[in-house]
Amino acid sequence: MSSNAIPTRKVARRVFAGEFNDAGYTFKESDDERAPIYLLLPTGARANRVFVVGTLTEKEDIGEDSEYWRGRVVDPTGTFFVYAGQYQPDAAAMLRDLEPPAYVAIVGKPRTYEPEDSEEGDVLVSLRPESITVVDTDTRDRWVVETAERTLDRIEAFDEEGNEYARMARERYGGRVETYRDRVIEALESLEDGDSGGAEPDADAVDAV
Amino acid sequence: MTDLRDHAAEIHEQFEDRVDGLTVDEIEERLDTLVNEYRVPLEEATRSVESTYLEKAGMDREELGGRGGNETVEVGTIDEDEQWIDVRAKVVELWEPRSESIAQVGLLGDESGTVKFVAFETSDLPELEEGTVYALGNVVTDEYEGRYSVKLNRTTSITELDEEIEVGDGAVEVTGALVDIQSGSGLIKRCPEEGCTRVLQNGRCSEHGEVEGEFDLRIKGVLDDGNGIHEVIFGETATEELTGISLDEAKEMAMDALDTTVVADEMRGKVLGRYYRVTGPELGRYVLADEVEELTGAVDAEATLIRARSI
Repeated sequence: MSSNAIPTRKVARRVFAGEFNDAGYTFKESDDERAPIYLLLPTGARANRVFVVGTLTEKEDIGEDSEYWRGRVVDPTGTFFVYAGQYQPDAAAMLRDLEPPAYVAIVGKPRTYEPEDSEEGDVLVSLRPESITVVDTDTRDRWVVETAERTLDRIEAFDEEGNEYARMARERYGGRVETYRDRVIEALESLEDGDSGGAEPDADAVDAV
Repeated sequence: MTDLRDHAAEIHEQFEDRVDGLTVDEIEERLDTLVNEYRVPLEEATRSVESTYLEKAGMDREELGGRGGNETVEVGTIDEDEQWIDVRAKVVELWEPRSESIAQVGLLGDESGTVKFVAFETSDLPELEEGTVYALGNVVTDEYEGRYSVKLNRTTSITELDEEIEVGDGAVEVTGALVDIQSGSGLIKRCPEEGCTRVLQNGRCSEHGEVEGEFDLRIKGVLDDGNGIHEVIFGETATEELTGISLDEAKEMAMDALDTTVVADEMRGKVLGRYYRVTGPELGRYVLADEVEELTGAVDAEATLIRARSI
């Protein structure tokens, strides 16, 4: 037991885009203004930070007065939407300089956004990057297997007694975790097929843009 | 009630020479009152009764020694403050005591790793010799800023053992993606004062003020496996191995840019988001990287696929 005076850094969750984009609910665990914000994952875990590896397929500067970059990063189950502006200068510069397609690793914080004209409950989930780096195919494949393992960990623990975040996920999202088991299988099968280009983004993710 | 009787007998043994006319019955009665009448847990009751007799005998609790023998603990596994334990360890190093109240200070080691030890002048113990293996009975653990040590005291029994111990380095292995490089990484300057080596902040040492620093390479990084994080410090050699940037190259880069931060930026681009296995000893909250290996090559998805299909 070491002394715990310094606030501990939050772990970066591993989650496929197909699950990430289904998560629309964020929460804090204390009233403190600076308390960390968590995204509730449908498989029953809280994510203050995520680590993703995928293919940057498109990038666009959608800023009006200043640069504001949007990138699409694709994994075997869907698309992560990544936004970086003046407050993420390093990540914004990366998106400016990169030529898609490229494998990128991103550490970042989940953000949710409810468009004004959307129907109720229609929440867009995106990623605010802390860092973006270019990686190789092996790293991307390693991430897919690791993310599959972590997702299965969550699915296996979903029905455990006292799993607070699973209880919340069941309330918020209905608790159909088989969906995510199926996506894990798809993701792993895409590796076995020798596919290294990233699969098609699923229809839901495209509709969400 | 035999349990109480046993405890009473143990206490009796410790005090019979120091307290006149002490009987096991008397002790048992005191224990019985506390345990059965006042519902005090046995451990706390024992302590309370002992305190009574310590006062009568004018003794310190330290003099009691471990009741009924302590657990023999591997030094590398010590992770709790104020535990009375026995160790079987080799004196790896003796250091120069910094205070007159300290008789000996140094490093004890066994197969599991090493731990600092301190013996005080007031304890009046025989001197330990470097390189010798001892059974040390009744030492107490201590913690300071997450690091553990053991203190010898006047009740510590010291038995020289005629055996050899292969001292382990207490190394741990951690794996994960490198998700952050913290400030104070890259090309840094250290205080040149003898024995200081503190990292300078804006050319200043927190101890020695403004000094002409010496360049060094270091990375304070975070390895994250999706379950938890490990903070890792890469020294000059490990940093060069990790990034392919040597100290000379780093200095050149900084000179060209008239800025030392370009080095850390370049390093971030080379290592963030990649997977590593790091081996080394733990120091407080950090793992010191002795060996670094990037995890590359194909991964086997088959086992995970079987797992997924079986759910």
